Amino acid sequence: MTTTAAAAPVASGVRTPWTEFWRKFRKQRVAVIAGIFLVLLVALALFAPWIVPYDAENYFDYDSLNALPSARHWFGVDPLGRDILSRVLMGSRISLMAGFVSVAAGAIVGTAMGLVAGYYEGWWDRIIMRLCDVLFAFPGILLAIGIVAILGGGMVNVIIAVAIFSIPTFARLVRGNTLALKHLTFIEAARSIGASDWTIVVRHIFPGTMAAVVVYCSLRVGTSIITAASLSFIGMGAQPPTPEWGAMLNEARADMMTSPHVALFPSLAIFLTVLAFNLLGDGLRDALDPKIDRK
Amino acid sequence: MLQYLIRRLFGLIPTLLIVGILVFLFVHLLPGDPARLAAGPEATPETVALVRQDLGLDRPLPEQFLRFAGGVLHGDFGRSLRTKRPVSTEIGERFWPTFGLTLTSMVWSVVFGMGIGIVSAVWRNRWPDRLGMTLAVSGISFPAFALGMALMEIFAVQLNWLPSVGADTWRHYILPSLTLGAAVAAIMARFTRSSFVDILQEDYVRTARAKGLAESVVIVKHCLRNALIPVVTMMGLQFGFLLGGSIVVEVVFNWPGMGRLLVDAVDMRDYPVIQGLVLLFSLEFVLINLIVDVLYAVINPTIRFR
Repeated sequence: MTTTAAAAPVASGVRTPWTEFWRKFRKQRVAVIAGIFLVLLVALALFAPWIVPYDAENYFDYDSLNALPSARHWFGVDPLGRDILSRVLMGSRISLMAGFVSVAAGAIVGTAMGLVAGYYEGWWDRIIMRLCDVLFAFPGILLAIGIVAILGGGMVNVIIAVAIFSIPTFARLVRGNTLALKHLTFIEAARSIGASDWTIVVRHIFPGTMAAVVVYCSLRVGTSIITAASLSFIGMGAQPPTPEWGAMLNEARADMMTSPHVALFPSLAIFLTVLAFNLLGDGLRDALDPKIDRK
Repeated sequence: MLQYLIRRLFGLIPTLLIVGILVFLFVHLLPGDPARLAAGPEATPETVALVRQDLGLDRPLPEQFLRFAGGVLHGDFGRSLRTKRPVSTEIGERFWPTFGLTLTSMVWSVVFGMGIGIVSAVWRNRWPDRLGMTLAVSGISFPAFALGMALMEIFAVQLNWLPSVGADTWRHYILPSLTLGAAVAAIMARFTRSSFVDILQEDYVRTARAKGLAESVVIVKHCLRNALIPVVTMMGLQFGFLLGGSIVVEVVFNWPGMGRLLVDAVDMRDYPVIQGLVLLFSLEFVLINLIVDVLYAVINPTIRFR
């Protein structure tokens, strides 16, 4: 007890950027709740195969087709007799994975491109930025549809398509930050003691761009989940009977007249997940924004 | 001004050229032989060879590209594999419904988005702000296809107030454009708010208030124009979002537009139609961004057309 009491004042006395960030982030109750929700969701997705009450694809309850939510089937039953709760839970694995993997891939490639473009400028910059312009010339989901048309449908290709679609945003963001950082004194100091370009970019510039990249990742995961689900919805991503949320909604479309509850739960699942990523992203952004005062 | 416009128009050429090359190469990136695709699954090898010759697919790539580009410049995108009609006719029939849908969505979402954004900024951290921003963050989190299905279920099926599918009268436009514009309205609201909040803290706003101007005059005359500058740029970016979003919304509402045509074409591997649509969507997007840049220069007097 005495050790913690002694350590506490020291810890609060030191203001590293990290503790500063944490202090500001903690105050944003909504973002913290969103973060906790997402942690729980990831845990649910990880353990879904052991949690689900029924098999998501191969269990059919023919006695309660189209049944409304009940104690036996919390989210009800779809027109084929499948348990909707099990399907939504298994679907979280697909949507979260699509969101995380595509954003991570897009962020890594985009960040590397942005660092090179911003640091070297000149030809590198021109080529990379022109490439981004071209990627930006395809509005939103169109690029993903084009890629899926070439590679064929299926979730893996959707993830590749969504990753490519995220690259230019990250490249532009990181390039802008790199341009702003590279003329600062500490970079000049690093160069004057003979640090190589690699060391300067990786050790000194990259950490400075990290904050913005992390915020963008969180906001971007939400967009990517929606894009991936949209592609499945129009029949280009996950195929039935895969319990992907977008594909489930597409299946539910045919029976909207008789059983709208089949569409309700996948819709809510996408909405809540994306909402949580957006709220978390907003909170991270505000916590990292030096303009917002500590009050 | 004119010089700036011309310079910008020429600046588009490299981007459009690369887009054109990519769209052209698209056929050759597709798995399988395009000639066999065009001839149909039951065609004999002789027919496939004839089709290949007919489409010029046996020529060297650069020559094929010149042929393709020449055709495109004359408005000739080839013929649809499915209907055998010229792609330009196919797209021409579908253009106006999509154009009308994107335009109505843009108008309502900009008006509402900016309205909510301004109200939120003026009553910052009070209940109108909280309500507006809650709506906005929900708007960007609700996928268009789910929103479309929900609106259709409520207003067309349960209440029977509005038609659910088709594009015949203005009433058909209400639900699809609400669906398509919701996310854009939400983004505009968030963006307008943050832009307005920055402006409200400027010295000249304090001066305007200090000299006793009514708050409404301060907001409309001193803030609006300056706050709108970044908002206009945002609008251009969002238009691309609308064009892309229209694809999904058209599927939900069975809208006879270019988006549904594209989805059907991808399903049927009707590659001339896919090529034509991708080119047109991109051209439209690039041109709109140009218009927005010019608008930006018009409302921002500090930009001199260098």
